[in-house]
Amino acid sequence: MSTRKQAYYAGVRMAPYDIVREVMLLLGGIAVLVVILSAFLSSPDIPPLTLKSVAVQTPQIFSQTALSMLNDTSPISTYGPPYNNGSGSVQSLGPISMQRAIGVHIPINTAQDFVIRPLTEASANDPALATAINTFESASASQQASWENSYNTALTKATASGSKLGVPACSCGPVAEMMSAELKLGQSGAMDGLLLTSGHFYQTDFTRPLLFMQNAAVQNKAQQLNLLGNPTWGVMNETGNYPGQEWLWLYTLFYQIPPYTNTDGPWAWAPNIDLLAVLSVTVMTFALMFIPWIPGLRSLPKLFRVYRLIWRDYYREQAQPSKAAS
Amino acid sequence: MSLTHALQQRLTENLSYEDLLPEEQPAYVHSYVYLFGAATIASFALLMVTGIILAAFGPQWWHFDNAGHFFNSLHFWAVQAFFFFMVLHLWTAFFQGAWRDGRGLTWVSGVMTFGASVLTAFTGYISQQNFDAQWIAIQGKDAMNAIGAGAFFNLLNFGQMYGYHIFLLPVLVSLLMGIHLTLVRFKGVVRPYEESTQAAPPTSAVTAREGAAV
Repeated sequence: MSTRKQAYYAGVRMAPYDIVREVMLLLGGIAVLVVILSAFLSSPDIPPLTLKSVAVQTPQIFSQTALSMLNDTSPISTYGPPYNNGSGSVQSLGPISMQRAIGVHIPINTAQDFVIRPLTEASANDPALATAINTFESASASQQASWENSYNTALTKATASGSKLGVPACSCGPVAEMMSAELKLGQSGAMDGLLLTSGHFYQTDFTRPLLFMQNAAVQNKAQQLNLLGNPTWGVMNETGNYPGQEWLWLYTLFYQIPPYTNTDGPWAWAPNIDLLAVLSVTVMTFALMFIPWIPGLRSLPKLFRVYRLIWRDYYREQAQPSKAAS
Repeated sequence: MSLTHALQQRLTENLSYEDLLPEEQPAYVHSYVYLFGAATIASFALLMVTGIILAAFGPQWWHFDNAGHFFNSLHFWAVQAFFFFMVLHLWTAFFQGAWRDGRGLTWVSGVMTFGASVLTAFTGYISQQNFDAQWIAIQGKDAMNAIGAGAFFNLLNFGQMYGYHIFLLPVLVSLLMGIHLTLVRFKGVVRPYEESTQAAPPTSAVTAREGAAV
């Protein structure tokens, strides 16, 4: 033992300690526990949603999502950076917005990326669809909006029977043909591939399909799996009764309490809740990290006196001087 | 003056094999509380072994093969054990005031290890390739985007998250854990708080009882 440590532990009774044995025993014990938990409880593995599964199981949700992508009313259409220049989900602290400052790095044009481009790819052997797309793109913005609104109204009256979606006749121009083709693409599984296409053979980036499904489709599935609720604990949740990321409890707690949840008034933090929750947990983490140098906080253990329990044998021994000195 | 010699001397004096693997410790270390740190290391070893096996067989293996799914379960429960013991270790170290007597950097490296571990686990949950992964990525992306990080740390990009999870972040956690353990062995465990009836340790050995000078 170094002389510095010997000086530090002067007057402290030393005792044999087999640290290697301790770690090996713990390793064995925890391994057995983990094997038992794995054998009896397994782990969550609910299959992921695919565009095909959404289109087949919930054709109305699929078509409504596709239409919102086409008429730019989906949350992603107006999200803002890093996807586009919208402002729907831009968060800031006063005048400072890192989101806005960083800018658009994953450009998403919902109408083009989620509807027009996939349909154009699919129209190579479908002259009627090619004509519909051409008609839509040649029309004025107001004409397009009129068709889209008509189809939106028709969709609200649509009836789903299994994977079939019966949309009432409407003055929707080429939009009816396009949306019908989009649903067929989804149900065939082709959309899953078309949204992954990025000019490369190998694909590992699922940004576009996940953004397509993120609202109605994923929320609908989450509702079925009891992942939602009021309040929702978001990223902490895991399906079934499995433990999730409980270590994120402090971060997710901010999403449950005012002023983070206030939507109006001078302390309306809800519009910037993600930014403020991350900043809050960052500040608290740094406070925890630098506790040794923060007067007051660094003395909290003496206040709580839990150490009396931890070192109870030591203090008992100290109270008996003859034993402590032996 | 030879820097090599100076470093060699410092390591010889303060980090000998006897310091790294001590055969005796202060008697007060014989408390169950001191097991939490070692249990965290043991859980981390399990995580690394199961993680390496999962990575070796590839992402499809843990969904479509019983053995693969079993190893996925082992990895899942090992991470629960890892955080369970790590959080207990963190809280008991807090209640011990473990940063005292020049152990400030030991505490900082421990908190940094915890932070890096949280990020590693987060990317792991996103890499599961099941509905939970979709749910967590979609829920989490707004926070990343809000702080301006979403463009470079895209939770919806499986390839990027998987790379972070199986290499970059485990290397960081291992490095931080190594620094933390080295500092623990270098400084030794902290003495219990002095009570009024007790004699103070030699002042020459204690630089700042509260201030944690490094």
